[in-house]
Amino acid sequence: MSTQRGRIQISGFDTEQVTEREPLSDWTAGGTGGGTEGRWHRAWRQFKSNRTAMIGLSVVAIMVVLTTFARPVEIAGITVQPISLAPFEPQKSLFLEPGSNAGAYDPPSLTHPMGTDASGRDMFSRVMVGGRASISIGFVVVFITAGFGLVYGAVAGYYGGWVDEVMMRIVDTVFAFPALVLALVIIAILGGGYWQLVAAFAFPGWAGYARLIRGEILSVKQNQYVTAAQALGARDRSVIFRHIVPNAIAPLIVQASLSIGTVVIGVAALGFLGLGFPPGTPEWGTMLDATRETLIQGPGGSIPWWATVFPGGAIFIFVMAMNMIGDGVNDALDAQSNVDVEQGGGN
Amino acid sequence: MGLRRFIVKRVLLTIPILFGVSIVTFGMVHLTPGDPIDVLVSFNPDVGPAEEAALRERYGYDLPVWEQYLRWIGNVLQGDLGPVITRSGVSVNDVIMSRLPETIVLGLFGWVFALVIAIPTGIYAAVNKDDLGDHVSRFVALSGISIPNFWLGLMLILFGALVFNIWPVLPPRKGLLSLDTLWFLVMPGITIGTASASTLMRIMRSSMAEELNKEYVTAARAKGLPERTVILKHVLRNSLISVTTVAAFLTANIVAGSVVVEVVFSWPGLGREFVQAITSREVNLILAITLFTGVALVLANLLADIVYAMLDPRIRYD
Amino acid sequence: MALVEINDLTVNFYTEEGVVRAVDDLSYTIERGEKFGVVGESGAGKSVTAMSLMRLIEDPGQIESGEILFKGEDLLEMSEERVRSIRGNEIAMIFQDAQTALNPVYTVGEQISEVIRHHLDYGEREAKERTIRLLDEVGIPEAEARYSDYPHEFSGGMQQRAVIAMALSCDPDLLIADEPTTALDVTIEAKILDQLEDLADEFDTSIQLITHDLGVIAQVCDRVMVMYGGRPVEKAPVEELYYDPKHPYSVGLMSSIPRIGDTRERLQTIPGTMPDLVDVPTGCSFHPRCPYAEEACTRKDPVLVDPETGHEASGDPGEHAAACLEYTGDLTGGLDYTVEVDGEDPQITPGDQRE
Repeated sequence: MSTQRGRIQISGFDTEQVTEREPLSDWTAGGTGGGTEGRWHRAWRQFKSNRTAMIGLSVVAIMVVLTTFARPVEIAGITVQPISLAPFEPQKSLFLEPGSNAGAYDPPSLTHPMGTDASGRDMFSRVMVGGRASISIGFVVVFITAGFGLVYGAVAGYYGGWVDEVMMRIVDTVFAFPALVLALVIIAILGGGYWQLVAAFAFPGWAGYARLIRGEILSVKQNQYVTAAQALGARDRSVIFRHIVPNAIAPLIVQASLSIGTVVIGVAALGFLGLGFPPGTPEWGTMLDATRETLIQGPGGSIPWWATVFPGGAIFIFVMAMNMIGDGVNDALDAQSNVDVEQGGGN
Repeated sequence: MGLRRFIVKRVLLTIPILFGVSIVTFGMVHLTPGDPIDVLVSFNPDVGPAEEAALRERYGYDLPVWEQYLRWIGNVLQGDLGPVITRSGVSVNDVIMSRLPETIVLGLFGWVFALVIAIPTGIYAAVNKDDLGDHVSRFVALSGISIPNFWLGLMLILFGALVFNIWPVLPPRKGLLSLDTLWFLVMPGITIGTASASTLMRIMRSSMAEELNKEYVTAARAKGLPERTVILKHVLRNSLISVTTVAAFLTANIVAGSVVVEVVFSWPGLGREFVQAITSREVNLILAITLFTGVALVLANLLADIVYAMLDPRIRYD
Repeated sequence: MALVEINDLTVNFYTEEGVVRAVDDLSYTIERGEKFGVVGESGAGKSVTAMSLMRLIEDPGQIESGEILFKGEDLLEMSEERVRSIRGNEIAMIFQDAQTALNPVYTVGEQISEVIRHHLDYGEREAKERTIRLLDEVGIPEAEARYSDYPHEFSGGMQQRAVIAMALSCDPDLLIADEPTTALDVTIEAKILDQLEDLADEFDTSIQLITHDLGVIAQVCDRVMVMYGGRPVEKAPVEELYYDPKHPYSVGLMSSIPRIGDTRERLQTIPGTMPDLVDVPTGCSFHPRCPYAEEACTRKDPVLVDPETGHEASGDPGEHAAACLEYTGDLTGGLDYTVEVDGEDPQITPGDQRE
């Protein structure tokens, strides 16, 4: 055949035939696509299929249940939780009881699976109850700081300009101190105790969320739908909370889930330094403080290892499980992979 | 030129932050009910009200808070951190001068330990993603960020005592930099560095894995470069950029860690001094050490940003 | 001997959804100095073919079978070290997106002279001189000053030129250009294509040009292969493909190019999309989108044949081959499209031409 130079035009390639005719075979396009599933739904499904995260979740659930039901809980004199799973009274020196053959630093046995401490108190019961303060402070602090940081960061990021400048310099200043150092100073001011510890960790904790949310807001703000909402005359507050926040919330959740462990370690660290609770309180860190000198008695003396291993091991397992959840949430929400960076803290 | 301008700008930006740091420090500590004179008086019951007022005037505690701040910051800028009130004849400067080197040595050891462990492990885990080695190192790293450092320290002591019959608690020492000390530095150093090493390893792994998926890596391979060069020249430098962004965070980690670890190992550094100052309400010391950590972190941040700018040519002209 | 001869290459990707046959039993040759075009929609297996040629298929991909003869030697049998000495040296690649193909933290000059130092054993200074010469040759002004610029300081067009300079740095025998101009705007595209062609002529380099754009092929190539679903559906010298396309898919691609002075009411795009390669339609994989498909197309798998004779394609470089059942006499309705040149004279109807 000959080839000719010139403009080529095709006719007769009738595509309507394809769309109008009956399918020739039972093959259909896109047979494997999953369709459009909601983001949170998909995240939850992925989280559920993450074995490590589910192990973490079960461990946290079990530890929370155990510590809650270890001893009855009283609020303002009213017993709100009557169940008592712990075999002994955590505060009672057993050798003072008639008929008890327990002594100081008894090694683990069937009746005392974690041994006894210096005052002959049952370690197992103490470890069970010992998580109450740290765990609940962990959740309370993260709830408060994430909430405050969210609002703070959203305001700074949304308004921008000098408002943002001033607000972020304040955040920078808070960030200039390790969280634990700030917490120590606050404890120096307020003294020890439950709500004092909440304050001590809440004060430095919010800055990380504020910075994170502000960054998210700045990037979300450029999206068309925000401009559209503003153009339609939506009020500032409603633009922030209806349109921007829902999109910026995923990294916040990731960071919150990873922060709980950090706060738990921080609370225990203050307990260990003897600054969190009165000596003798059944709290993981405080218990470790009480048995510290047993390790320094020099060569020759026998060491009650159980007094150190179990309370610290409980913190470790709880925080590890919490971080497994955090990693799982991170993967599920597909957020930035290095958000486990937060403020320098207790660990 | 670009880099120098960036550094100058960045240094100037730290000044207001340092100012804020001093205000926060001073403000917080001054919220403490009572002043150092009250503490002093409670130790010496024979001090009368007249003498108390005289002391207060001498140390300036009768002035309004802002004037006290100005006096304090003026003295600090001249290098005078004030007296330690409960220890006669001892100034805060003396305490800092004798304790700070101890903490710096410990912290540096922790830092070096973290880097030496984390960078190679992170590279290994990213390159061999989803291999057994990757899973193991990730599990170890997850444990490392989850383990409370004080408990890790106690466990190391316990382990050393029970298994090897060694007691890494400080005896009277020769010099800070003698070989003897180095040996006693190992356990606290590991304790202080573990959390940072683990965090760093996780960041290294994820940033490296992210970089490995980029097209410049394929392009480098297509150039026929050996895999070693591809990883250690092209990928590593890009991954280190994101690592520098957390360097200041890791420093904060180590500074905070020194407080706890020094108590665990009876290490005579600033951290232990800080806890003692809090228990004995030694205001000038609390002020000085808090200010010190703040300034140290601001400077660490500054340094990290400069390293970042040196590693990433894109930042300078932004 | 052809420079490159690919025989029965099959590449699979083992994904979570299943095994994807990205390249299926593919054979073609590239002669020395020839400019060979590979065209198809995204997902047709063009880039996978290119990466196979570099032996850079990564997990979860795997070259299943076949051979890739380069200068008579099978790349797939070589040691990794031997392949590395070929990559960047004898076979070089130009990437689609220069911005991502350049490492942001090293200077453009360093990234080019690195290759020269590695393959040609040049010292620092000679490598730098050669790099500056190359930059100059691909049309970067003030090449000496720009040597120490970072990629972000280059414009998109300049980055693409730098990537071309990088590919040419060791005088390769084969240049694989994967959509080299897709990221650029049209005026720069034309310039760069011209330059690429000139440089290839000057260095006597073969080019495998991968694109989805038939216009680009027309400008540069001697011979074309049209790919669909990991397979070649038509191979032809470039002018024959344009003036006498044989495969309905090629026809569809041609008719979906908008032209000035078009008399058609609307553009005839090919309906539907390239099938997901996990779940390939039976028979001819193009049948769900083909206006001429018949029942036979769902059963019988067409092979590349000479459209004139219906005999299986010989693999000769100059031949025109298409994989459509029409040419093996399995279709009853025929292919009733027409190709008009200049909107008037000779009309060619492939169905008529068959006998």
